[in-house]
Parts: sequence; C-alpha cells; structure tokens
Amino acid sequence: MSTAYGVTAVVLVVLAAVLIGAFGIRLSRTTSDFYVASRTVSPLWNASAIGGEYLSAASFLGIAGLILAYGADMLWLPVGWTGGYLVLLVLVSAPLRRSGAYTLPDFAEARLESMAVRRMASVLVVLIGWLYLMPQFQSAGLVLRTVTGAPVWVGGLLVAAVVAVNVMSGGMRSITFVQAFQYWLKLTALAVPAVFLLMAWRADGSPGLSAHDAATWALPLAGDREYGVYSTYSLILATFLGTMGLPHVLVRFYTNPDGRAARRTTLVVLSLLGAFYLLPAVYGALGRIYTPGLDRSDTVVLTLPGRLVGGMAGDLLTALVTAGAFAAFLSTSSGLTVSVAGVIGQDILKGGVRSFRTAAVLAVIVPLGLAVSARSLPVADVVGLAFAVAASSFCPLLVLGIWWRRLTSAGAMAGLLTGGGLACGAVLATIAGGPHTGLTGALLAQPAAWTVPVSFTVMVVVSLLTPGRIPPGVARTMVRLHTPETLNVNRGDWRPRHT
Amino acid sequence: MSRERDRARREGERTRRDGERPRREVVTSPRTTAARHPRYPVSREIDEQTRLGEVYMRSLIRTQFRLALFVCTVLGCVVGGLPLLFLLVPELRETRLLGIPLPWAVLAGLIYPAFVLGAWLYVRQAERNERHFADLVERDR
Repeated sequence: MSTAYGVTAVVLVVLAAVLIGAFGIRLSRTTSDFYVASRTVSPLWNASAIGGEYLSAASFLGIAGLILAYGADMLWLPVGWTGGYLVLLVLVSAPLRRSGAYTLPDFAEARLESMAVRRMASVLVVLIGWLYLMPQFQSAGLVLRTVTGAPVWVGGLLVAAVVAVNVMSGGMRSITFVQAFQYWLKLTALAVPAVFLLMAWRADGSPGLSAHDAATWALPLAGDREYGVYSTYSLILATFLGTMGLPHVLVRFYTNPDGRAARRTTLVVLSLLGAFYLLPAVYGALGRIYTPGLDRSDTVVLTLPGRLVGGMAGDLLTALVTAGAFAAFLSTSSGLTVSVAGVIGQDILKGGVRSFRTAAVLAVIVPLGLAVSARSLPVADVVGLAFAVAASSFCPLLVLGIWWRRLTSAGAMAGLLTGGGLACGAVLATIAGGPHTGLTGALLAQPAAWTVPVSFTVMVVVSLLTPGRIPPGVARTMVRLHTPETLNVNRGDWRPRHT
Repeated sequence: MSRERDRARREGERTRRDGERPRREVVTSPRTTAARHPRYPVSREIDEQTRLGEVYMRSLIRTQFRLALFVCTVLGCVVGGLPLLFLLVPELRETRLLGIPLPWAVLAGLIYPAFVLGAWLYVRQAERNERHFADLVERDR
C-alpha cells in the first residue's frame, strides 16, 4: 500500500537529516566557517543553498493548494516570492554583504550604532521566525496524516524534534552543500511527478475545466473574493518587499566572498526559483480539474499522483512528493531555527554555547505550541503574513539604512515599532480572532498595503525630526556599504559579534 | 557626474594649449630635479572624509541608487500594471496564448524569464558603475 512507501520516504529523509546533523558536528557552525566556505563555494552552489532553504512547505504544498482553491489571483504568490529577489538584488544584496553583517540585528547595530535598535530588530527576527515556523510544523502534521493517518500533531513534533536536535548539535547549518542538495531534491520531487501527471492528463483526453471554473476560477479578479483588487496589490507589496527581511535568507549571503558575488548569487537564485515556481500552477490547475472538492487544499500535491497515475507508479510518485515535502519542512525549519536561536542566544540570553542550546529549544517549542493550538490556516497564507511583517519592518530599515544618510536610530526604532507592531497586530487578529469579513477582514488578512507605507513614513519623519541622532560614523559606513572590495579604502573596524 | 568632471578636465587642457603662444625652446634635460606633483589618490580623500571624498562617494551612491530606482520603477509598472490591465480590459483575460489563458501564460510562465533578464541587465550595469568608480578613484590626480 501507499502508506508503506510514504513512511519509507519520510523515514529516509529524516534519517538523512539526522545523520548529516550528527556528522556535521565536526564541521561546526561558527561565522569563520562561513568565511572558509566562502572561498570555495561558487554562486551556483550558494544560490542552490538559498533556494533549498527558501522553498518551504508554503512553496512546495501551499501555492498549489491556494491556486486550487482560489484560482488565478493566487498566481501572484509565487511571482512575488521570486520577484522579491529582484528587489533584494537591486536595493540590498551587494551593500548588505559589504556591511559584513551576519544577521539583521547586526546590520541594525552596524548602521545605526545603537544597541536599542539592535534589540528591537532581534525581537522582530524572533517574531517573524516563529510566524514562519508555525505553518511548517502544521503542514508536516498534515502531510503525515495524509500519508499515514497519524494524528496531526505527530508530524509537527517529528520535524520540530529533528530540527532542534540538529541545530543543537551544530549540524545542517553551515553545510552549504546539504542545503544546495535540498533545492535539487525539491525540484525533482515536484518536477518528475508533474511530467507523469501531464502525461496521464493527455492520455485521459486532456479534459478542460468546467464551464463555471473557466469563467471565474481561471480568470484573475473574477472570483467571488471580496476586495480582490486590494488583496492582490497588498499581496504583491508584501511578497516583493518582504523577501529581503527574512532572517534565514540574509545569513546565506554571508557565504559570498564579496558584494559582487552576492549580486551574481542573487541572479542565479532568481533563475532557480523561476524554474521551481513553474510547477505549482500545474498542480493547482490539474487539481481543479480532477479533485475540485478537496477538503484540505494544501494536500493537492500529495493527492494528485495517486488519483491520476495510480497503481505502483502512483504510489512511488506520492512517496517522492512526500520526501520532497519533508525535505522542505526540514531545510526551511533548520535555517529559521538557527537564525532565531542565534538571535535569542546572543541578544536575549547571555550568549555562548549553553545559551544557544536553550535558545534552540525555545525557538522550536513556541511555534510548535502555536501550530498545535492555533486555528489552521492555509500554509501559504500564514507564510504570506510573515512576509507582511518583514516588509513593514525590515524592508524600510534596510532600504533607508543603505541609501539614506539621514536615517537616525530614533527614526528606525519608531518605524520598526509602528510598522512591525501594526503588522503583528493584524497577524494576531487574523490567526487568533479570525476569520473576519468585509473590509476589516481584507485589511487584516493582507496588511502590507497600509503597514508598509506607514512604516516608511514614520521612519522618515521621525528621522527628520531628530537630526541630532544621525550616527556619527555614517560616512564611513556608507563607504563600507557601497565601495567595491577591490578598492583599498578605510571601511571602519566594525565586526559582527561571533556566536 | 564623473563624465562632466572628465570633460571639464579635457577642456582645461585644451584652453591651456590654445592660450599658450608657441615658443621655441631648447630642451636640455628632462625635469628630473623639479618637484613632482605629489601623489594623492582619491581613496585618501575618501578615507580622510574631505569634501572631495564626499563628492566622490555621493556620486557613486547616487548612480547606483538611480539604477536601482529605475529597475524598481519598471518592475512596479509591470507588476502593478498587470492586475489593473486585467481589471480594465477584461477581454485580455479571455485571450489565449498557445491555448493557455493569457493571465496564466504571463503569471505562471513568461514573467520568470523576464525577472531573470532584468536581473542580468541590472548586474551588468551595476558592475560597470563600480568599475568606473574604481577607475576614477585609483587614478592619481
């Protein structure tokens, strides 16, 4: 039966992760390892690693599910998750690498020379990380239930435990090649079944959509969703601007030897993500034709191979997709957990290895608790909310910090507090209090369209009102951020604190 | 910015050449003993944060920012314009490209290579800007 194949796939992926984690101890996880790696890792490997860490449950399962449920409007989600890297490339990538910052709080400290801003950035990193981790654990539960019939909490607990043990032992993270391999595994696990599905669909006589679906579902802004135009634009804003503020993405840029390589890596990331995101739409559309009434649309990627191909081949393809899904949970969760644990350990606890271990447990337990207790939203929606928080807090901080000399610590704090606070409030209201309806519902479910402008405005206005608090070293910091590394100029002596 | 500076320098040289009356002179020896123009690279102006160094830095940041803003504007027009286009011209939604509805062909396919192309053009231009800046800074004044 398919259960056996599914379980085998999960066990293999989990076992591989644990083994790599166990052997990774010797490879350690200090920042200097990244320096060492940076000399040997090419942009393609680096970009694969970024892709491997970035493509989460939301990309692997969630997008296809949302497309199946809501149609063409949801095509914007993968577009934004890819296009976000274009914005990141032109506004952030090279200066951020040149800043030498290892985390977002590092950047805040380096640029604004203020520990208060650093601490606020740390809190936001933790919140965004938790918000991103929660749906990963929920999806793991969903997948395991679909494949084996186990209770929903089992999958989440399994992934959380593996990730916590891995992170505490220091494996997984610094191994660029493992994360790079994850990208190619996920691409294969989605692409190979897609080819078989399309063949089965052709053999079936290429059935089309029902007349009703063709007139509403397949067309953008045509469904019965309220405030579709607002939601679409808000989604676009959140995804395009939120990518640069994700904690686990930024750390990977450190593995680039210099700003120029950071740019080239981002270019490759765009190509890799573009290739991957061609696939979810195929699953979404085939799902609409064959399984329109699926009760949990997030499982469409897992359901289709069995439904369309069937037999032994269908079972094997389902196992492959399951393996890909677990690879997605594990790689994204590991990356996020390390980022969150690093920040908790260093900025909130005392620092050092023991704090890091406590922090790793904290980083995993809170989202696991949320995943079990919170109402279960579609995975891609919750991840979308994490993007909205990042877009309304770190995006203004990074963009203004890199390009505008007059940003002050007071302005940055006010902007982070207002933008991040409003976005977090909207998220809380949506997850804990929802579902809301009408205009309030739309504003809360897709907050970016109003929180991002508010955050930018507050940051700029408060900075202009506090000209005395422009950091004294801003001129030197600008030299560091913008001059190519080939030039021999004084870039200041700031260094990130080592974990 | 830098182009203007180059032109000003070239024009200065030309007027000097034009203004000087041709004089006959016997060259006896090269000016080996005369004081040479001191070597004072722009990178030192930047290090010492002189006003000239600031001008150089600002010109670099402005050039790169304009490029970034240009890319973001084009991106904003494309990405922000598409929903509006589909909303205002409903016939476009029904149009088919190789049998696929146009919105799907664009959003689930064509837009990705367009992103990569845009990114590639940006990287090329940004690196060119940096090379230009490096040439300026490393050249002795």
